[in-house]
Amino acid sequence: MTSAVATADRAKERTPLTDEDLLLLLMIRRFEEELLRLFGAGLLNGTTHTCLGQEYVPVALRTLIGLEDFVFSNHRGHGHYLARYQDLRGLLAEIMGREGAVCNGVGGSQHILRDRYLSTGVQGQSLPVAVGVALRLKHAEPGRLVCAHIGDGTWGEGSVYEALNMAALWRLPLLVVVEHNGIAQSTPTTAQMAGTIADRVKAFGIDHHRTESTDIGEIRAELDPMIQRSREASLPLVVEFATHRVGPHSKGDDTRPPDVIERAEAHDWHRSYATAFPERFAHADERARSLVEEVVAEVQDLPPAVWTEQ
Amino acid sequence: MRVVDNLNLALRSVLERDPEAYLLGEDIVDPYGGAFKVTKGLSSTFPDRVLSTPLSEGGIVGVGGGLALAGSRAIVEIMFADFVALAFDQIVNFASKSVSMYGKRVPMPLVVRCPSGGGRGYGPTHSQSPQKHFIGVPGLSLYEISPFHDNQALLPAILRRAVPALLFEDKLLYGRQMYTEGVVDDLLQYDFPAPDVARVFVETPDECDCVLIAPGGVSQRAIGAVRRLLLEHEISCQLLIPARLYPLPIEALLPVLRGAGSVFVAEESVAGGTWGHEVAQLVHRALWGELRHPVTLIHSQDSIIPTAGHLEEQVLLQETTICRTVVETLRD
Repeated sequence: MTSAVATADRAKERTPLTDEDLLLLLMIRRFEEELLRLFGAGLLNGTTHTCLGQEYVPVALRTLIGLEDFVFSNHRGHGHYLARYQDLRGLLAEIMGREGAVCNGVGGSQHILRDRYLSTGVQGQSLPVAVGVALRLKHAEPGRLVCAHIGDGTWGEGSVYEALNMAALWRLPLLVVVEHNGIAQSTPTTAQMAGTIADRVKAFGIDHHRTESTDIGEIRAELDPMIQRSREASLPLVVEFATHRVGPHSKGDDTRPPDVIERAEAHDWHRSYATAFPERFAHADERARSLVEEVVAEVQDLPPAVWTEQ
Repeated sequence: MRVVDNLNLALRSVLERDPEAYLLGEDIVDPYGGAFKVTKGLSSTFPDRVLSTPLSEGGIVGVGGGLALAGSRAIVEIMFADFVALAFDQIVNFASKSVSMYGKRVPMPLVVRCPSGGGRGYGPTHSQSPQKHFIGVPGLSLYEISPFHDNQALLPAILRRAVPALLFEDKLLYGRQMYTEGVVDDLLQYDFPAPDVARVFVETPDECDCVLIAPGGVSQRAIGAVRRLLLEHEISCQLLIPARLYPLPIEALLPVLRGAGSVFVAEESVAGGTWGHEVAQLVHRALWGELRHPVTLIHSQDSIIPTAGHLEEQVLLQETTICRTVVETLRD
C-alpha cells in the first residue's frame, strides 16, 4: 500500500510534457503492441524486437540529438527510428516488406539506414563504426556528435571496449546510450556481467551518468549540459538508463517469473503519465491508436516492396 | 623501384589528392613507419589522417567502415594478414553487407591492407594467406599487389569503386623491384591483355603450351617456373596475374585461356576451398569442351605453416612444385 502511494505521489510530480512528446510515446507503444499482434496473426515474416517500456529513452533524447547528428541503433530500434522521424508508415512497410519501405524491405526490423540514422543487428558492431563517424565529424563538422544505442547485454562484446578506448584516446564526440533493462534476451544481467557499467566506463576515463528517471523533462534537464559538453569539448560520454523491458525479448519468448515482469511494469512510464495527466493521456492515446490502426490498414494492402539496387 | 616504395607512393598520393582520406593501423606512424615500413614518412606529412591505433583489429576496421560510411575514404593496415580474422565481423557483417542491405547502394570506400604469406619464418600465426576465407562475400572484393601492377593506379581505382576491398600484399614481394617497360628478364616479357591483368610470355604472346594463373604474391615463383619449363622442358607457359582476385574478371582471361587449352592455377594458400577452386569453376563453365585437361590446382600443403626454414619449405608452394606439376600433367 505504502509503495502504491509512493508511486502515485511520484507520478503526480511528473514534469509536464508537450502534446507532441506524449503522442510520440504512445504512438511507439501502440506501434510495438500492434507488431506483436500482427506476428501473432501470422502476418509478419521473420522476427522483431519491441521496445515496450523503453520508449521514453529516444523520446527524451530527441530534442538533444539533431538530424545533423548521427544515430546508431540496434536490434531494438523501432522507438529510436520513430522518435527521430515519426514515420510509422515507412517503418511498418519495412517490417512487412511492402512498397514505401525505408530500405525496400531488404533490411527489415533491425537493419535500417536513413540519412544519418543506421541500425545493425550484431551486438556491439556499431560502436567502432560510430567511432569512425565521430572521427570524421570531429574534423569535418565540429559540434556534431554520434549517438549510439546499446543494451546491457552488449557489454559482453569486446568491440565495445575497443571502441571506448579509441573514443577516449582520440577525444571523440561519441554519446553511448546504454538502455540497461537488466536482461539480455533471457539471461539476467546479474548472470552475465561482472562489476558495473559505471566502473568499466571509468576505467577509460570517460564520463558516465546513470539515470533512473523515466520522466522526459527530468531526463532532458539532467542530460542537456552533459551532451553539450560532449559536443563542445569533443569528448565521449556514456549515459546509462536504468530501464525496464516490459515486453518479451522478441515475440512470445518471455521466460521471466511473474514477479519480475510485475516489477518491470511498476516502473513503466506509461502508468506514471496516465496517473499524472489522465485526460491528456487518454486523448493522446486515442489519437495514437487511431494513427497506428490507419497505418496498419493502409500498409497491409500495399504491394510488395521491390529491390532493384542489389 | 621496390614494390614497398611503389605502395608507399600510392598511399601518399591518395592522401595528397584526397583531403578526406584516412590511413589507420598499428605502429604505422613515424619513426617506425609500420612493421614492413610501407607507411614510412606518411604520418609526418599527414599527422591528422595517418593514425597509429591500439591493437584492436576489429575496432579499427570498424572505424574504417564508419569513416567510409560518413563520406571519407579509409585505408586500414592489418599488421599481419592472419590478424584479419579478428576483423571478420566488421568486414563481412558490416562493411560488405552495408553496400546493399539497406535496400539501396551505399558507397563504402574502405580498403583493408593485409601483409600476407610465409617464407620469412614467422610461424603459424604470422604467415598465412587467408584470401580463401573471404571469397564469395557479397559486396566484398579481393585484390593482391604484384610487381607488375602500379599501385598508384590500382589503389585509387579500388577506392573509386566504393565497395569494401581487401588488398593482400605478399611480404616477400615488398623488397622486390617493380618490373617496367614490358621486360621481365632476358627471356620473358610482359603486357596487359586486359585492364589489371598482367601477362608474362616468351617472345610472342599468342603462342603457348599452357597458361598459369597466379596471384601477385606468387609472381617470383611462377616466373621461375616459367623459365625452367622453357629451358629444361621446352614447354612454353604463359603467366596471367590478375590484380583483382575476386570477383575474378574471367571474361578478360578467356581469349588467352582458350588458345592454350591447358590451365594451371598456382597459389600459396594451404589446401582446401582455395581461390584456385573458384578460378577452376569459372574456367570450366566457360571452356569445358575446349580444355585438354581439367584445370590443375597447385598450392601449399594441407597444414599449418611451421617456423623452421626447412619445414616451412616442405609446406609452402615452391617454384619446383609448380614446375613439376605442369610437366607431369602435360606428360599425361
